[in-house]
Amino acid sequence: MPLFQAIGLAFRGDAGFTLAYFKKMVSDVRFFDALKYTFLLAITIVPLQLVTALAMALLLNKSFRGSRFFLYLFALPLGISDLAAGLIWLSIFTHRGFLNSILYTLGILEKPIHYLSYQNVGFTFLAVVAAEHWRATAIVMVILVAGLQMISKDYLEAAEVLGARGWKKTWYVILPLLKPSLQSALIIRTIFALQTFAVVLALAGQITPVLAGEAYFWQFLYRDSHVASAYAVLLMVISITMTWVYLRYLGAKTGGMRG
Amino acid sequence: MSYRYLLRRTLLYMAAITFSLWVLIPVFLIAFSAFTPRQELYQWPRAVFPSHFSLETMRFFLGAYGVVRSLFNSVQVALLTLAFTLLVGAPAGYAVARFHFRGKGTFRLGILITRMFPTALLAVPLAVIFIRWGLYDTLLGVALIHTAMALPFAVIITTGIFMGVPKELEEAAMTLGCSRLGAFVRVALPLALPGLAAAAMFTFVISWNEVFAAAILTVRNRTLPAHIITTIQASPLDFRFAGGFFMILPALLFMFLIRRYLFHMWGGAIAER
Repeated sequence: MPLFQAIGLAFRGDAGFTLAYFKKMVSDVRFFDALKYTFLLAITIVPLQLVTALAMALLLNKSFRGSRFFLYLFALPLGISDLAAGLIWLSIFTHRGFLNSILYTLGILEKPIHYLSYQNVGFTFLAVVAAEHWRATAIVMVILVAGLQMISKDYLEAAEVLGARGWKKTWYVILPLLKPSLQSALIIRTIFALQTFAVVLALAGQITPVLAGEAYFWQFLYRDSHVASAYAVLLMVISITMTWVYLRYLGAKTGGMRG
Repeated sequence: MSYRYLLRRTLLYMAAITFSLWVLIPVFLIAFSAFTPRQELYQWPRAVFPSHFSLETMRFFLGAYGVVRSLFNSVQVALLTLAFTLLVGAPAGYAVARFHFRGKGTFRLGILITRMFPTALLAVPLAVIFIRWGLYDTLLGVALIHTAMALPFAVIITTGIFMGVPKELEEAAMTLGCSRLGAFVRVALPLALPGLAAAAMFTFVISWNEVFAAAILTVRNRTLPAHIITTIQASPLDFRFAGGFFMILPALLFMFLIRRYLFHMWGGAIAER
């Protein structure tokens, strides 16, 4: 029901159907920046997370002494909210934060760098990437570990009998069998990465605007539910399109793998 | 114990420890920040370790305008969310685990799809609807939207939990004279209780952490994350660090308690029994 209400708010004006709110959204100075950074964030963070999480999951899959302890340790950021993660990394990247102080003490820097400022948009963006990567990789890891545990031992034994070991086994047997988990992790993370909001606000303010953040500002500061809804509808359209693309182009190949 | 074996073990542990440090160091850094005397926070260059343990920063945070109030709001909203979610989610999970009904596959798919809608899509129109219904700026309103967000997870988790309770036990209870409901209350429920507690804590954490909807749906009755994010631009750094640390405390505690159940969330795989 909120879905229809949102579409209604985004398209219906005083005199019936209108595109005025979308025009207002697109003509906003920050709109294209928000669009740009939302996409940039998603395509930077998601592959980074998949690789990190895969490395973690394969490592834990070796089931060595203490691997369960490490599993819970790696999963720790699951409980940390995006706002808290943003504030944690703020303590590192802020003007007189840990990073600057450590680099100065080591003699690498002469004076502190303003990582989070309009002069250093690139740095600011990387700080957001670092915080999101740190916070949300745990979810991907949990999905992949669960996926690894579903792989039947028979396949692995068969692979070993046929002479596949080490990297070969990982590459030709485990990874193809893990594809459904990789795919769902990819979809879930992309959708959430598109919604990144509090991390950006805590670290970057409006230096690197994102779509979800704009929806928040239009609703909260400018009290314009129509434009905020337009942003929300846009976000949903992007999410659905991305999911469809993934299922269309990755799903076809994994179809036979399931079950 | 060959030389190769030892080398491999060493590399394995080095990799595991590297990942652990990457996860842990930021948590420690914010903890140091939260217990560093305020003056030292603004020194240049600042030391990684505080010169002495100090509650000054935390006390400043808790004493700041609106913090204690929003803290109580957060707890209330989280408890309400927990109650709503379990009341609806646990029976739904039980139904999915035990009974075959038409549209079961669609129901499970539908649960996942609801999770894909952006929070903004839920929160913005609800702000308009809530104003009309008089729920705007109320804790009940925030709890309702948090319930909507937590429910899919709760159903998935409880389904996994009830699947782990053997059907035969309930059937045995019924042959011994229990009614259907009696078998559920006396046999299935006690066995599922630890898992349900985990689901409850997970729900609590979802609500405790949620910021977008809470910030949009309230003006005066803010939850803690909503309070922090709406005042973030104007608050000093020590306030922000202390707030960040304070917010992760219960989350870390609960995540530690429910660590064995984390895997119920993501489909059929169960880490431990």
